[in-house]
Amino acid sequence: MKHTKVIELEEVAIRFSGDSGDGMQLTGTLFSDTSALLGNDISTFPDYPSEIRAPQGTVGGVSGFQVQFGKKKITTPGDLAHVLVAMNPAALKANAAFMNPGGTIIFDADSFNDKNLEKAQFKTNDPFAELKLEDFSLIPVPITSLTKESLKELELDNKSVLRCKNMFALGLICWMFDRPLDYIEKFIQSKFGKKSPLVAEANLLVLHAGYNYGMNLQHMTPQYIVHPAPIEKGIYRNINGNNATAWGFIAAAEKAGLPLFIGSYPITPATDVLQALAERKDLGVKSFQAEDEIAGICTTIGAAFAGHLGVTSTSGPGFALKSEALGLSVMAELPIVVVNVQRGGPSTGLPTKTEQSDLLQTLYGRNGESPVVVLAASTPSDCFYYAFLSAKIALERMVPVVLLTDGFLGNGSEPWRVPMMSELPSITPRKATNPETFLPYNRDPETLARDWAVPGMEGFEHRIGGLEKNNAGGVNQDPDNHQKNSEIRAAKVEKVVDMIPELELAGEPEGDLLVVGWGGTYGHMISSVNAMQEAGKKVSLAHFNYIKPLPKNTAEVFSKFKKIVVCELNMGQFASYLRDKLPEFEYRQINKMKGLPFSVFELVEKFEKILEA
Amino acid sequence: MTKFNYTAKDFKSAAEVRWCPGCGDYAIMNAVQKTMADMDIAHKDFAVISGIGCSSRFPYYMNTYGFHTIHGRAAAIASGVKSANPALTVWVMTGDGDSLAIGGNHFIHLVRRNIDINLVLFNNKIYGLTKGQYSPTSDRGKITKTSPFGTIEDSFVPGQLVLGSRGTFFARAVDSNVKHTQEVLAAAALHQGTSVVEVLQNCVIFNDGIHDYVSDPKFRSERQLFLKAGQPMIFGEEEDKGLIYDNGRLKVAKIGENGITREDILVHDPADDNIGLQVALINMSLPEFPVAMGVIRSVEAPVYDQEMKKQIETVQQKRRITCMDELLHSGNTWTVDGENCDEPVKFFNQKCFE
Repeated sequence: MKHTKVIELEEVAIRFSGDSGDGMQLTGTLFSDTSALLGNDISTFPDYPSEIRAPQGTVGGVSGFQVQFGKKKITTPGDLAHVLVAMNPAALKANAAFMNPGGTIIFDADSFNDKNLEKAQFKTNDPFAELKLEDFSLIPVPITSLTKESLKELELDNKSVLRCKNMFALGLICWMFDRPLDYIEKFIQSKFGKKSPLVAEANLLVLHAGYNYGMNLQHMTPQYIVHPAPIEKGIYRNINGNNATAWGFIAAAEKAGLPLFIGSYPITPATDVLQALAERKDLGVKSFQAEDEIAGICTTIGAAFAGHLGVTSTSGPGFALKSEALGLSVMAELPIVVVNVQRGGPSTGLPTKTEQSDLLQTLYGRNGESPVVVLAASTPSDCFYYAFLSAKIALERMVPVVLLTDGFLGNGSEPWRVPMMSELPSITPRKATNPETFLPYNRDPETLARDWAVPGMEGFEHRIGGLEKNNAGGVNQDPDNHQKNSEIRAAKVEKVVDMIPELELAGEPEGDLLVVGWGGTYGHMISSVNAMQEAGKKVSLAHFNYIKPLPKNTAEVFSKFKKIVVCELNMGQFASYLRDKLPEFEYRQINKMKGLPFSVFELVEKFEKILEA
Repeated sequence: MTKFNYTAKDFKSAAEVRWCPGCGDYAIMNAVQKTMADMDIAHKDFAVISGIGCSSRFPYYMNTYGFHTIHGRAAAIASGVKSANPALTVWVMTGDGDSLAIGGNHFIHLVRRNIDINLVLFNNKIYGLTKGQYSPTSDRGKITKTSPFGTIEDSFVPGQLVLGSRGTFFARAVDSNVKHTQEVLAAAALHQGTSVVEVLQNCVIFNDGIHDYVSDPKFRSERQLFLKAGQPMIFGEEEDKGLIYDNGRLKVAKIGENGITREDILVHDPADDNIGLQVALINMSLPEFPVAMGVIRSVEAPVYDQEMKKQIETVQQKRRITCMDELLHSGNTWTVDGENCDEPVKFFNQKCFE
């Protein structure tokens, strides 16, 4: 298992940067004070130019303010910023070198015009490419025009209006990092209230406009995962989980020699998967933005019927809408992959927050006996490999596969050693070859996977459907036939166990406590288990990427520990599943339902309590 | 010269047809099979997709590729099939419940996108498979098992929905008039883009005779107006009645009365981009008007599946990235090659992946 460390929210460094007249020092100070009042330890680093009023828009005139905040003792303002707020191109240029790889850049899109680009001495009109920032999360926000728009009712001169821009940025950042606005509101009132009530009102309006903008656009809190030091030789890039997922599918299609089709509907936080694939027409990806979630999966099923690798992306509520059609792909035995980038639920729930609460929906949330293969990715970059593997399983075993990621993985980024395609295993779709003996539900006796013939293939014409069927695809409602087919569909999923690796442990193969996790919590789990081990505790981690079927050796691994605790960001769904599958063990639980990842601190504290008990 | 010399029989599968005796579906299936034979396209290139309902059993009876899917979703699944492989000839067999109720969203979006799919809408104004509940095309006041005191809602007029969704092809036919249905289906098959053919279909068990007033062959020429492109819209046993505009409204006029001559009768133009008169034709109902039959609208417009193909080809002509290895190594990358660094380990190094 690889060593990663999650930089927790509390350790994020934010750099506010703009013209020296843009009020960046005030913005940074207010944000720092707000964070300090919340109980965070902070360290700040004001970085303003010696010429307080250098020519506007030039690199020399840039003023910055960096704040690093965290629960633990923070001793530095952070060498490199994770989030940069750039009010103009010069601010971007001045700060590009101080950014953490894969960080987030929020910029005033209005100010990125030809005139300002020239002032900042950019040579092209793509400053991000020029500074090699393409892999950063870029969030363009029309700060100037939105500020003007929110103040159009007030009788305020243009200059005073523009002075409020910093409050928009501040409001947006406060939303992203869950900071309340009351301290800032009080400050504005006391500073301008008596002297100039109009200016106070304007600042407050814009502050709220920025905050609401963040909420409306559902910008997610940026997350970071870093590795202690480069471990392996190779070529690296930054990648977030949603892009990695999209690329994993393209890689799988190329390996399988099939075209890739994605039918999907935009939903936070999964939309980037669709966007990343829509971008890749150069590699022949067919992307279909459907009219709804149901059509998203249905077009995907249609494309699979026509012989493509069909994938669809969604999040919890959309996954619910796809349930019936997912059942159709179970019944028709068509190879599709559904990726569910989980978010907080139920209902619309917490669209921009992370959670692992769709596990039981994925395993059981369909009518009838409707088994699917379920995989879960555990870091932003390994989304690539699990997306690839999901497609391999679907195509080689003629079974729908659901890949679970989550908002934390999807939007989180990390440096990734880029593989060569030759490192990846082959994918051999089960295309039928002999029309004489072909029947759509003839099966490989070992794997139970059926043969696949698609429209356009001469001599293989056949009909399939959602009704219970015979081997020829015709309707058959005979009692024994339904019993047999139900058992086959279940066994086919279980036989995928031969394709997946055994469960690996981080730590000793036996001990006092086995920590069990799955999916996107890996970074926090491994960090906390490492901390326990460093303190001399006999604790190991079993982190699951293969949920259904479970790895072959799961029971054997579990049996070597005195206690088992299952940690997940839900009320205990994987624990219930394990109790069902392996009832011989006792499972303790650590659950969190705050829309936030675990923190290493809270996990370590709870593990210690379990060991003491 | 035809390539395949297919007859309608070549499109029948071995499966036993299980519609009720006397069901209008039989006649429609015959017309479809005859149309497909005449298209002179290989069996292997047909995909017949359906949802749920009596008519949706259709694919099982066809000797082509077929997919009997789930309620309301045939249009969406067919959209995926055709977008994935535009070389296929894709047909959707659907009913008034399947396409206008549970699948209404997919139906209008299929039509809006103008994907080259032939959709046959079996309109019997009732739910047959669930044994007699009102449908979105049942008339106001219709008494059924779920409306024992009559419905209190107005029905869809399928043609309005198609034109309102910017449809490029809409036609209407009656199940029992197989020859005409075939003509209409042939025109639909030739159309580039989504074609919707509404077939007034009789459900002998739950809504028997619902279209009789319109479809009765004895009064066919009085009660139905058979539209032909470029021809005046004339009907009647004596071919003595036609459509004119009177103060901006469509009206039936008698030729030879009030100075009306054949030249005054409106000429049908299905290719007119303006939907005004076409909507008026769709809306015509007895007894004031005859019911319009045949191709009401057929206009050219960009076709989604072709555009999707073209866009990919255009992008690929200028592409810098031609394969996955190039994509993986594109953009901002850096090399790690320190002395303390390990050799890279393949992610999939386990035996089971070999």
